[in-house]
Amino acid sequence: MALNMSDLKPGDEHSEVVVDNLSRTQLVMYSGASGDYNPLHTDDVYTKEVAGYPGVFAHGMLTMGLTGKMLTNYVGDGRLTKFGVRFTNQVWPGDTLTSTATVTEVRVEDGQALVDLDVKTTNQDGTTVVSGYATAKVDS
Amino acid sequence: MADEVKMPVEGSHIMMFARSLLDDNPIYSDADYAAKSETGSIIAPPTFGRAVSQFDPDYHLRPKSGEKWFGSGKNPTGLDGPAPSTGGLHAEQHYEYHRHLKPGDQLTMTSKPGKTWEKQSKRAGLLKFTETVFEFHDQDGELVLTMRGVGVKTEKPVEQD
Repeated sequence: MALNMSDLKPGDEHSEVVVDNLSRTQLVMYSGASGDYNPLHTDDVYTKEVAGYPGVFAHGMLTMGLTGKMLTNYVGDGRLTKFGVRFTNQVWPGDTLTSTATVTEVRVEDGQALVDLDVKTTNQDGTTVVSGYATAKVDS
Repeated sequence: MADEVKMPVEGSHIMMFARSLLDDNPIYSDADYAAKSETGSIIAPPTFGRAVSQFDPDYHLRPKSGEKWFGSGKNPTGLDGPAPSTGGLHAEQHYEYHRHLKPGDQLTMTSKPGKTWEKQSKRAGLLKFTETVFEFHDQDGELVLTMRGVGVKTEKPVEQD
């Protein structure tokens, strides 16, 4: 269901748990689907002994993809016109992530109603792992 | 990433990509459902464009036949000599959708370098940022997706709290 601009106002929030207890297997699934086989995400031996991290961690793009799942659930399919993020902290196996979209503006541009959103994803400790923005078409 | 990559968009790839996000939305796998929906067909999830690396024959983060791989095998790294650097991390990613990708699209991705800048960080030393802009044109020559990525090379691994 698409959103209608008459139902939206700045400060409105939509929030979802996008992954609960992130598994190493999901990191393998994302590597295979995306084509990013960086061993930092699947190879604990390399990541600990060569790269110097505590262990494998999630692709930034996996966290962005999970954040995008919350967005498309909220705004509807094919409605996004822009989506961008900064990766602010690493995501580790076992993490539970919650993504939140907050309405910043509802506007009309060239006859098209749009909603601007602040986007962030936090882990179970409340640390922000991704922060960004999105814009989506809404009904009017 | 090569400067130009041909990317066919396929339904099974979209399904696998959505599964890797544990995204059950039928718009990514059920053609009958999608045909009756607003989009009229299966579409790709919003971050699918980055999977263009699957189609880059030279992509450096995929093991290739006849080449040593820097991940572990018998040893923690498959490379001889000094251990390779930690390489880059991903700092930012931006998408602008002119239309959403769908199965059957034959995309041509062209990339060009963007800005570069440096920043000092407490947790990882000197950070060197590099931006790349990727444009995807479809089979009709229309610009369908603009993607911008920022990578960062850290002086040392990011310290953990």
